[in-house]
Amino acid sequence: MQDFGAAFGEAFALIAGLDAGLMEIIGLSMRVTFSAVLIACVIGLPLGAVLAVGRFPGRHILVVLVSALMGLPPVVVGLAVYLMLSAAGPLGVLQLLYTPTAMIIAQAILVTPIIASLTRQVIDDLHGEYDELLRSMGANRVGMIATLLWDARYSLLTAALAGLGRALAEVGAVMIVGGNINHVTRVMTTAIALETSKGALALALGLGIILVGLSILVNAGLMGLRKSAERLAYA
Amino acid sequence: MPEPISRASHLSVIEAGVKPPAVALHDVVLERRGKALVDGLTLSLSTSGTTVLMGPNGAGKSLTLRLMAGLIAPDEGRVRWNGVETTPSQSVALVFQKPVLLRRSVRANLKHALKTYGVSRIERPRRLEKLLEMGELENLADRPARVLSGGEQQRVALVRALAARPKLLLLDEPTASLDPQATAAIESLIRMAAQNGAKIVLVTHDRGQAQRLADEIVFLNHGQVAEVTPAQRFFDAPQSQEGRDYLDGHLLL
Ligand SMILES: Nc1ncnc2c1ncn2[C@@H]1O[C@H](COP(=O)(O)OP(=O)(O)O)[C@@H](O)[C@H]1O
Ligand SMILES: [Mg+2]
Repeated sequence: MQDFGAAFGEAFALIAGLDAGLMEIIGLSMRVTFSAVLIACVIGLPLGAVLAVGRFPGRHILVVLVSALMGLPPVVVGLAVYLMLSAAGPLGVLQLLYTPTAMIIAQAILVTPIIASLTRQVIDDLHGEYDELLRSMGANRVGMIATLLWDARYSLLTAALAGLGRALAEVGAVMIVGGNINHVTRVMTTAIALETSKGALALALGLGIILVGLSILVNAGLMGLRKSAERLAYA
Repeated sequence: MPEPISRASHLSVIEAGVKPPAVALHDVVLERRGKALVDGLTLSLSTSGTTVLMGPNGAGKSLTLRLMAGLIAPDEGRVRWNGVETTPSQSVALVFQKPVLLRRSVRANLKHALKTYGVSRIERPRRLEKLLEMGELENLADRPARVLSGGEQQRVALVRALAARPKLLLLDEPTASLDPQATAAIESLIRMAAQNGAKIVLVTHDRGQAQRLADEIVFLNHGQVAEVTPAQRFFDAPQSQEGRDYLDGHLLL
């Protein structure tokens, strides 16, 4: 029990002292997570919008597929990306395995269906409201999708933050494709897993506290967004 | 060779004075779940002036406007505008009964409309200021459109429709839930559009409003035209039994 208290003390000391090792891990986590969410938004937002507004054969199947992919187990995604990127795999020549890029790819794959699916729901609702107006104005498909995406901006930011939360907390996929290599691919979640198994509780706790703090921050951001959207009647 | 021929035929149309009516619905049928909501509606409206559509709830007035705007296609019959099949275009603008405003400021709503209507980037600011002035919206320009009062929202919606400089302006009960002042503001905008040469088709239950604005009354009932009568005559001497009943009911209120 004394160990436990000491570990907490040490953890706070690490955080307060902006420990270099800690900061490196946090920095990489941020880089990987934000890159992955950015890529997921670039793909997921238009994909979700097209699924909501488009009328083409196979749309319904695609909708079901994308929402099924929301529940992908991270370790399975990790395994699939591992197989693609491993030396014998189809993308082996790129030599991306055990790099931050591989981790970004894996997380982008995990987050894209979440963003696409949430986007589709949000845009579908808004489309119901705007369809006749925009058609009567003679808007084309592209103009229509652009209008819908912009007017759903608050809800879509919420979707992006949900994706961020998921990526930040994720451990299975990045462990497999990143390998948790010190100074190269070690991020918060994989470091916590490793340090805990080694019994180095101080670093694990320090990272854990920061991770929880970030998650609270993301949720506070979500709530703030919702509040201001309601105030402006933009929700 | 083809050119002189087409020019000649074009000339002959003008010389003969054969000008297609602005809006022509011919034997239009619209069915939903086996029920004819619009049931053989035939109607021609001239290219100018204000036509008021009246009729009881469920008569098919809103559907008729949607058909005219090209938002829905008839199951049978034809809807033509200046002789061609209607599709949504910027020469036809529709103001919905419940204004649909974008989740943006008033200014951004109008900017979006000007952009959608293909007004050039250079011309937009000037046109925008004119629209704000027209709708007396200068002081509301930067407010979120959806927090405005009903009357203000309807003014934004109407001015936005005018941004298209439409030749045909369709208005679905634009003052249904507004106070007299807000109603007067909307009516003066409608009058202005009419003076600028737009054809107005207005749905209203407000008899005073119909008398103030209408050149002719089209009375609808059960998805059919019961009568088309000049406005002065309609209120004194409606030509159809349905029109008489409607007006009597109105007087009894
Ligand atoms: N999309 C729809 N599906 C089924 N029925 C509809 C639809 N739209 C309108 N109706 C029905 O058609 C009739 C005419 O509607 P509408 O044109 O809105 O009447 P109003 O004259 O009051 O504007 C009403 O009975 C209405 O319930
Ligand atoms: Mg109606």
